[in-house]
Amino acid sequence: MSEGTAPKGRVDRLLAVNAWVVYIFFYAPIILLIFFSFNDNNNVAIWTQPSLRWYGEMFQNHNVTSALRISLIVAFFATIISTVLGTMLAIALERYRFRGRGTLDGLAYLPIIIPDVTMAVMLLIFFFQVFGIIDDLVGVSLSNGVPTIILAHIAFCISFVAVVVRARLAQLDDSLEEAAADLYASRWQTFRRVTLPLIAPGVAGGALLALTLSLDDVVVTQFVSGAGSTTLPVYVFGLVRRGVTPLINAVSTVMLVASMILVGISLGLQRGAGARVQKLADQEALRAELATE
Amino acid sequence: MMTTGPVTPELEEAARRAESKRGFLIALPASVYLVLLFAIPLVLVLVYSFATRSSTGQTVLEGWNLESYQRLFTDDAVVQIFIRSFTLALVTTAICLLFSYPLAFYIATRAPRVRNILLILVMIPFWSNFLVRTYAWRVLLGSDGPISQLSQSLGGEPIRLLFTNTAVLIGLVYGFMPFMVLPLYAALERMDWRLVEAARDLYADGWTAFRKVTLPLSMPGVVAGSILVFIPSLGAYVTPALLGGARTVLMGDYIVSQFLAARNWPFGSALSFAVMFVMLLATVFYFRVGAKTL
Repeated sequence: MSEGTAPKGRVDRLLAVNAWVVYIFFYAPIILLIFFSFNDNNNVAIWTQPSLRWYGEMFQNHNVTSALRISLIVAFFATIISTVLGTMLAIALERYRFRGRGTLDGLAYLPIIIPDVTMAVMLLIFFFQVFGIIDDLVGVSLSNGVPTIILAHIAFCISFVAVVVRARLAQLDDSLEEAAADLYASRWQTFRRVTLPLIAPGVAGGALLALTLSLDDVVVTQFVSGAGSTTLPVYVFGLVRRGVTPLINAVSTVMLVASMILVGISLGLQRGAGARVQKLADQEALRAELATE
Repeated sequence: MMTTGPVTPELEEAARRAESKRGFLIALPASVYLVLLFAIPLVLVLVYSFATRSSTGQTVLEGWNLESYQRLFTDDAVVQIFIRSFTLALVTTAICLLFSYPLAFYIATRAPRVRNILLILVMIPFWSNFLVRTYAWRVLLGSDGPISQLSQSLGGEPIRLLFTNTAVLIGLVYGFMPFMVLPLYAALERMDWRLVEAARDLYADGWTAFRKVTLPLSMPGVVAGSILVFIPSLGAYVTPALLGGARTVLMGDYIVSQFLAARNWPFGSALSFAVMFVMLLATVFYFRVGAKTL
């Protein structure tokens, strides 16, 4: 972008005003929510005095703590499994040509664009059908619970991990991997010593994204959870539908801040990594320049 | 190349095949997972949409019929819900575009350091908890919420926005606006700005240069952003459930009610498929336009 084409004067001021309006729109509700979570009053929106009362009640509320525990268990397994599967998928799609690659490419992106509700419906019917078949064949009657939530979360997290890792792989040029191969490194050694360290920030970013998605999901979880296996967002969603309480403000603030921290780390990782790759590339370019002189 | 002998076509062919097999094996676990927990469920929804519902609310997988699909077009209530959802999704997309384009343009024309900060400020709400962000509006828009209080303290009427279509619209715009800003920014950022300079050199005024050069070049971003906002708005469930009223049912909560309350799975499946069909059309449209303008 050169100076000559940058908008000037009145246009630029209008653009700046619009930017302020949008950013205030983005952040004001979040900030107000956090503010009111420290309100002592029983009424959500009437400010009396600051207190940590609702945070205290939150940790004593058995429903909240048990939902939180299930959320963390689900997120833990969903993140690990989807990160491994998603990373492998990204490597295969980005670095190899094989039969069925095109179809897989399409299939891998669908879970990202499909609306939550349809994904939820699909998995509800699927588990219902599978449990029916198992009951017919073995006579064991299974029902939805923590395992089905984990399986469902993995199903939508894989794609997001794959996209993030793939973006990272596409940035790297494969000459380093070729160099390792030229130096008689085995496939596995090349992967362990060269590829994996280089894509690590992408993998970490993907894992954090999967973690965030798993911790935040309401719709899919609601459809595949059983009695006594609610995650925190599903529990909160149920409460909110009945009305707003200061307790929900506190729980919401904790969830919001947790997800913001995760996003922050993820963005930081990817930016830091991007800068490092850029620095390497610059050094390479400089060296090449020096060599030609 | 790791081979030390002469490279013959046979060797190359064998290497290519080994490579292909390796790629296939690496992709296998995720592929199996996606087929089992995504492709098969997708097909199941299609199968269910042709099934019949027994009088007790069970789904009977026989007596295949098109009744559920017929109901999509003949049941007035359903048609209305579809039109309402479609309109709301369209208006949401338009409002998002109206505010996001200038914002994306503003970000893209800043110095790199400022640009990064502004971008991160868009991305943080983008990935933050959606439920909580929607819930915040429930507090804000309530009849004794801050907005209403402010209006009253200024001597106005209490504002009752909660449980209206307007509330849902605000919630949808709030929830999905970052989906619009990011692709718009990406399109504007990778644009060749020398073309704008060229237009200015040829005595185009700022507005003409924008209309004839910048806007057409950023079209892929406009289309991508619009689809990314339109699709989730059309299938939105959390937003209407929290901010909408009982009389403003939208596609998303209507589908959910077919599964959790009405227990009419075949009809719910047909509804889901209708939403997916619209989504697919939008995506195909995107690739058509994208291919033309890129």
